[in-house]
Parts: sequence; structure tokens; C-alpha cells
Amino acid sequence: MSDLPAMLVAFPMLFSVLVLLAGLVRQDSGWPVAAVGAAVQVVAAAVLANRAFEETVTYVVGGFSAPFGIELVVDGLSATMAVLVAVVALAVLAYSRVAGPRSNAFYAVYLLLVGGLTGMSITGDIFNMYVFLEITGLAAYALVASGEGGRSALAALKYLIVGTIGASLFLLGIGYAYVATGTLNMADLSAQLLEVGYGDPLVQASFALLVIGLFVKVAVFPLHAWQPDAYAGAPDSVSAFISALVSTVAAYALIRIVFTVFTIDFLQANPEARSLLAAGAVVSIVFGSVLAVSQTEIKRMLAYSSVSQFGLVVGAVAVANETALLGATIHLVGHAVMKGGLFLAAGLIATATGARTVDDYAGLVQRLPLGAGAFGALVLGMVGVPPAVGFVGKWYVALGAVEAESWPLAVVILASTLLTLAYFARILERMFFREPASTDAGSAQVSLGMKATVVVAALAAVVLGMLAFEYGQLLEPTVAELLA
Amino acid sequence: MIDLLASRSYFLVAFLLSGIGTYMLIGNGNLIKKVIGMNVFQTGIFLFFIASAFVKGGSPPLLTAPEPYVSPLPHVLILTAIVVGVSLTAVALGLIVRIYDVYGSLDAAEIEVVADE
Repeated sequence: MSDLPAMLVAFPMLFSVLVLLAGLVRQDSGWPVAAVGAAVQVVAAAVLANRAFEETVTYVVGGFSAPFGIELVVDGLSATMAVLVAVVALAVLAYSRVAGPRSNAFYAVYLLLVGGLTGMSITGDIFNMYVFLEITGLAAYALVASGEGGRSALAALKYLIVGTIGASLFLLGIGYAYVATGTLNMADLSAQLLEVGYGDPLVQASFALLVIGLFVKVAVFPLHAWQPDAYAGAPDSVSAFISALVSTVAAYALIRIVFTVFTIDFLQANPEARSLLAAGAVVSIVFGSVLAVSQTEIKRMLAYSSVSQFGLVVGAVAVANETALLGATIHLVGHAVMKGGLFLAAGLIATATGARTVDDYAGLVQRLPLGAGAFGALVLGMVGVPPAVGFVGKWYVALGAVEAESWPLAVVILASTLLTLAYFARILERMFFREPASTDAGSAQVSLGMKATVVVAALAAVVLGMLAFEYGQLLEPTVAELLA
Repeated sequence: MIDLLASRSYFLVAFLLSGIGTYMLIGNGNLIKKVIGMNVFQTGIFLFFIASAFVKGGSPPLLTAPEPYVSPLPHVLILTAIVVGVSLTAVALGLIVRIYDVYGSLDAAEIEVVADE
């Protein structure tokens, strides 16, 4: 099983083709094949993670050893992302069996996205990362467009154009780094960049382009414009899947680029680089929250909430110490589970009662106790009420900012909890303390899989919060190595 | 900084081309022209990569190792990036066909008016 890292990327892509082939034989065989693929992926990711937490697993692709060939590197952080991708993919697939778009083409693209995200998580080569970034992007554009009507196609086109600009800036950044050093392997790059010198304009330009390119993909504030349309225009299961994973893995890539390729010494040598990250973080947290408050549509509000939450992660990258990075990783995992869960719950509520706006949620607890309960629990987790995982992530990031004595950032990070409360409190108040609205358009059947997934997500938000401290200890060696 | 740009003037050309592409992307209302702008923008970056591999008097290391030799790696990378670019264009055009079917227009401003109703 020494080929496991390569298999982890190959499995979903293989099953993606299998789904299409099986669809030729029997029209309705797409979902079972895709489910088997996602289950295999979970097992493979878990086995690999088990090894990666003991020591870093490296794999040479095609026998061309690094720094010339492509290398796959799996450490604790990559393994976390690979497992997260696999688990969320399986869960959303369970939800989408009845709810989601139900064509074989959809399942094929879905698995392609899983492959792209896994590839981004475990690659050790910066150009390879660009290719997986684009595979992820292409699959995500297609999935967003899988909704009915023109709205999802428009949202997907906007996402495609903005996403392509982001990825192209990333490619230009790779070009600058390559011109400066002549290498593309991440580990080799970090050594070569030190030799070229951190003051070299080529190196600085490369950093700026790579980071801004990824800012587009993470949806940091002024570059977030694609995101609310894409999340709101996509079918419910797709917005859950994309909101949980695409920006999360892009944020992981940001951590990789900043700490593995450019290293913390680069940040210390260039205060402007740190300012760029800190500015993105502060603006995202504040404006994401402000825009979220002014939304009437639930899915748009959740999308702006993501802008604000990823500001927190970028803030942790700017702080750049062990505690903050630990917090960022926990928050990435926690956000994926909670935000994915919230979109699924919103989809469940919309299917059962037709409620899609904040006002429609009035008195929801009397009409749909299960949906309202899960939504409420996930919202509280997102705000950061202990023992939910949202609390642990924010706590570590804030603690890291205090340790680093970057006070303005610390204040914004602490305030972000209140800002989160600002846009979620009005939903809680409507759901639990208002008389039911009369717009009861309860039509479609809610499947067992949909209910189960939403409940599992709500439970996972709490359970992960309790496990987070032990996970933090597991991850500590990896984070220490990142900052070395 | 000036020295760097003087010795590597292709940086400026790549930026200029990408800038023109970006302007087309933003300035044009027509969706198809937006996609063309996106392609021009990408091409600027591709050409930057390829130009970076240029060595005066160099030749590719095919059977022998000439001195000086040209690194073939940027060309290979850009081949991959071009494939990605073609796929992106295909998806974009596919989406535009869908949009045209629904709204009956290719003009971004017109579509926005119809979509908001």
C-alpha cells in the first residue's frame, strides 16, 4: 500500500469515469457507484492520515525524484484536509440522494471535485497545485451551474471569470518564483528563495501574486464578489459541498504557500507581506459581517458569513505563531462542518416548508422542530458558544494574536464573535420566539438521508469541539515544523 | 527595480497584454467578448512564462547537451496551462449558451435587468 498517496487522488477520478460508464449500462446506477467511491475515499484517507500523523509521508510520482519530478507530501495538516474532504463528500452525497441534482453527469463532476481538492491538499509541487486548483475550479463552476434556470448559470459564469483571474494571478506568481529560483518543488523553493534573498523584488512580487490569487479563491473581502452569487445560485447540496470545502482547501493552500514555500523568515524580513495578510483579515471580518446583517435571503447571508469567518483564518496566518495556526486549522475543520451543515439545514427547511428568507423563518420551531433545532445548534456553534468546535478555533486564534501582541488584530478577532452574533441572533430570535408566518408552502418530501445528515452535522459540531484539544496535540509537531 | 525591468522587458509586455485582457473583461458588456478578454489575459501570462525560458544563442537539449541550453520546463508547464485554458473557455461558452437560452440576450446589463425581475 505504499502507493496510497497517489491512489488518494486517483480513486475519485477513477470512480468519476466509472459513474459515467455505469450510467451507460443502467441509468440509475450513478448514485450507488459514487457512494462506493466516496466511501473508499474515506477509508483510504483515514489509513493515510493514520500514517501521516506519525511521520511525514512523501511519494515520488512516476519515478522522477524531487526537485525535478512531482512529489506528494502528506503531513498532519494535509492529512487533516484529505480526511475532511472525504468525509464531507460522503455526507453531502448521502444528503443529495433524494434532494440534489440527480444525474450521472452530476455525480461524475462531484467526484472530480473531490479528486481536485484532495490533490491540492497533498501535492508538494507548486505547479501541480495550480493544476489541481484549476481542476477544483472547473468542477466547482460546473456544479454551481447544475441548478435549474438561468440564475445558477449566471452565477457560475461570474464565478468562472473571477476564479480564472485568481488562478491566473497564482500562475503568474509561480512564474516569478520560477524565474527567480528555477525550481517548482515547494521544499526546494523555500531553500532557493532564501538564497536569492527575501528583499529581491521578484520574490516579493511572487509572494504578492500568489497570495492575492489565493485571496480570490478564499473569498477575502474585496475579492469575494463571486461567492454570494455562487452559493445562493447553486442547488442546496452543491452550496453545502462548495462552501464546506472549496474555500477551506484554498485557505489550506495559503497556509502552505506562506509557511512551507516562503517561510516565517520571509514574513519577518518583509513587514509589508504581513500587513497584506492582516489587512485582508480585518477587512473581511468586518465587512463580511456587516454585509451578512443586511441580507434577507438565508443562503446569501450564510455566504457573507463565510467571508467573515475566513477573515479569521487569514488573520491567524498573519499572526503566524503556533497557537494561532493551530486555531486556524481547527477553525477550518470546524467551519467546514458547521457551514456545510447550515447550508444542508437551510436546504432541508426550504424543502419542507418553502422558507428561504429571514422573515420566513419566523416560528419555525413549531413547524419543523428538527430543522430549527439543528439550524439553531449549528448557529450557536458558529457564534462560538462552548463546547462547540467554533469556540475552540476562535479561542486559539485569539490567544495566538494576544501572544504575538498584535493588538489591533486581537481586538478584531475577539469582536468577530460579537459580529457573528449580530447576524445570527436575528434568525435565532425569529425561529424560536416569534409566531409562525402564514406562508406554509410545505410540499416536497424530506428524506431520511437529509434529516440524518443535518443531525449528524449538528452533533459533529459539538463532538469535534470536545475532541479538538486532543487533535491539537496530534497536530502540534506539524505546526512546529511549519514554523521552523 | 528599473534595472530589473530593463533587462527583462518581457515583464512589461506580459503585464500590458494581461492589462488589455482585463480591460476587455471589465469594459465589455458582451459575454462572448468577456471570454475573449479572459483568454487574452491568460495568454499574456503564458507568453511571460515562455519568454522567461529564452536564452540568447541557446538551443534545446535534445540529443546532446548544448551550451548554453534552453530549459524546456516552462514550455511543458504552459502546455498544461493551455489545456486548462481551453477547458475553461469551453465551460464558459457552455454556460453562455445556457444563459442565452434562458434570457435571450448576450448583453450583461440587459440580462441583469431580466434576471432581477
